[in-house]
Amino acid sequence: MARYGMVIDTVRCVGCMDCVVACKTENEVPEGLNRDWIAYETRGKHPTLQMEIRTERCNHCDEPPCVTCCPTGASHVEDFGRIVLVTHQECIGCKACLASCPYDARFVHPEGYADKCTFCIHRVKDGLDPACVAVCPTHCMHFGDFDDPNSVVSRLLASRRHHALLVAAGTAPRIFYLD
Amino acid sequence: MTELLITRSNHLVDPYVHVWAWQIPVYLFLGGWVAGMMSLAGYFQWQGRHRDRQCTCVLTPWLGVVLLSLGMFALFLDLEHKRYFWRLYTTFEIASPMSWGAWILVVVYPALLAAALVQPPQWLRRAVPATEALASWLESRPALVRTVGLASLVLGLALGIYTGILLSALGARPLWSSAILGPLFLLSGLSSAAAFVHLVARRRDERVFLARADNLFLMLELAAIVLFLIGLATATEAHKQAAGLLLGGPYTAVFWVGVVGLGIAVPLVVQSLAVRHRIQHTPLGPIMVIAGGLALRFVIVYAGQVSHWAPQVAQF
Repeated sequence: MARYGMVIDTVRCVGCMDCVVACKTENEVPEGLNRDWIAYETRGKHPTLQMEIRTERCNHCDEPPCVTCCPTGASHVEDFGRIVLVTHQECIGCKACLASCPYDARFVHPEGYADKCTFCIHRVKDGLDPACVAVCPTHCMHFGDFDDPNSVVSRLLASRRHHALLVAAGTAPRIFYLD
Repeated sequence: MTELLITRSNHLVDPYVHVWAWQIPVYLFLGGWVAGMMSLAGYFQWQGRHRDRQCTCVLTPWLGVVLLSLGMFALFLDLEHKRYFWRLYTTFEIASPMSWGAWILVVVYPALLAAALVQPPQWLRRAVPATEALASWLESRPALVRTVGLASLVLGLALGIYTGILLSALGARPLWSSAILGPLFLLSGLSSAAAFVHLVARRRDERVFLARADNLFLMLELAAIVLFLIGLATATEAHKQAAGLLLGGPYTAVFWVGVVGLGIAVPLVVQSLAVRHRIQHTPLGPIMVIAGGLALRFVIVYAGQVSHWAPQVAQF
C-alpha cells in the first residue's frame, strides 16, 4: 500500500503562486480561502540572513491529530495512499481538527464542513500528479510514494539534505523540503 | 530570529486560530458547574442526607438539568455543519475526547435526572403528584439512593475532568497541552457548585459547610494553576511562549486580576473570614467565585487558540 507525500525543492521555489492558483481552480476552493499557500521565512540576524521560499499545504501526517480528535470519524486516513481526507457528510463542523493542526492547514468550507488539501486524490487515482505539482514552472515539487524506495521522492530524500516543518509538534509530517 | 510571512488568510485560522468564540467557554463553564453540582449532590445522597428536606445540595441536580441543556445548546450553536450533529451518535471514536464527551453526556443526563428525582422541590411535588410518589418510593430504598448518589458523584467527576481534557488533547495549542487542565476545570466546577449552594442554602450549617468546602476547592485550584504554569514554563520554547501569554503577555491582566484575584484570592479571604465568624456571610464571595469560573474558561479558551508551534506569522 502506497504512502504518498511530497518533496519540495526550496532552492528552486520562487514563490510564483502558480500552485495556489492551480489548486483553487482544480478544487473550486471558495474565494478568500486557500488549501495551499506560499511561506517566506527569514532566519538569522542582519547581515547574515537566510531566506527560504516554499509552498505549504496539509502535511498528510503519519500521526494526524486531526484524525484522532475527530468525534465522528469524518476526518480519516484513506487506505489509498494514506491520504488524510474529510467525509463532508460526516463532519459536524466542531472545528476540533482546525484547533488540532499545528500547521493551521484546515479551514471551514462555507457549506459548513472542515476542508483542506486532498493531494488531489481524484487526479492521483487517474495516475496524474496533484494540480499544484503538475503546474509548477520551476519543477520544484515532487509527488510520490515514500514506501517505494525507488520513487523519485524516496531517492531525493536519500540523496539531498532536507527538513520538515514543526517536527517538534510530533505529527510526523509527510512533506519534506530540500535545503 | 525567525520571521514568517505567508500568503494565506483563511477565515477562523489567520492570523491566529480563533475557531471557538463565546459558545465553547460557556459550554465548558456550564458543564463544569453541573459536574460540580452532580458531585456534591451525589456525595450528599451517598451520605443519606437526601431525607433532610431542608438540604439544598440535593436539589441542585434540578438546576443542573437546565444548565447542562443550556450548555449543550451553546455547543450546538458553535457547530458549523449543524444538520449533521447526529453523526456524533453513529460512532464511538475511542481516541477523540469530544466523542467521549458526547457519549458521557448520554449517560450523565439520566444519572442527573435520577439524582434530581430523589428529592423533587416542594412546588413540583404539589404540581406533579407522581414525583412525590416516586420520591417516597425511593426514600424507602436507601441502597438504591446510595447507588444513584454514587453514580452521580462518579459521573460528575468524569464530566468535570472531561471539560479540561477536551482542550488538553489538542497538542497543537501549547497552552492547552497540559494534563492539569482536567483537574483544574474539575476543581473550578466543584468550587462554583459549592459557591452556588453557599449562596442559596436555607440552613446556616449547610452554608458554612459549603463555604468551607469551597475554600478547600479554591486553595486546590490555586495550586493547580501554579502547577499548570510551572509545567508550561519549564517545557519547550513553544510552551514557554504559551505561558508567556499569561505571564506578561496580552492575557496577563485578565488572568491575574479577573481569574486569580477576583475569582479565587478575594473570595477565599472573604469566605475564610466568614467561616471564622470575623465577618458575616455575604453573597459577594460566591458570586465572585462563579464569575471567576466563567472567566477562567474564557481566558484559557481564547489564549490557548493564540498559542502555537509555528514562528510568529505575518501576512500580506
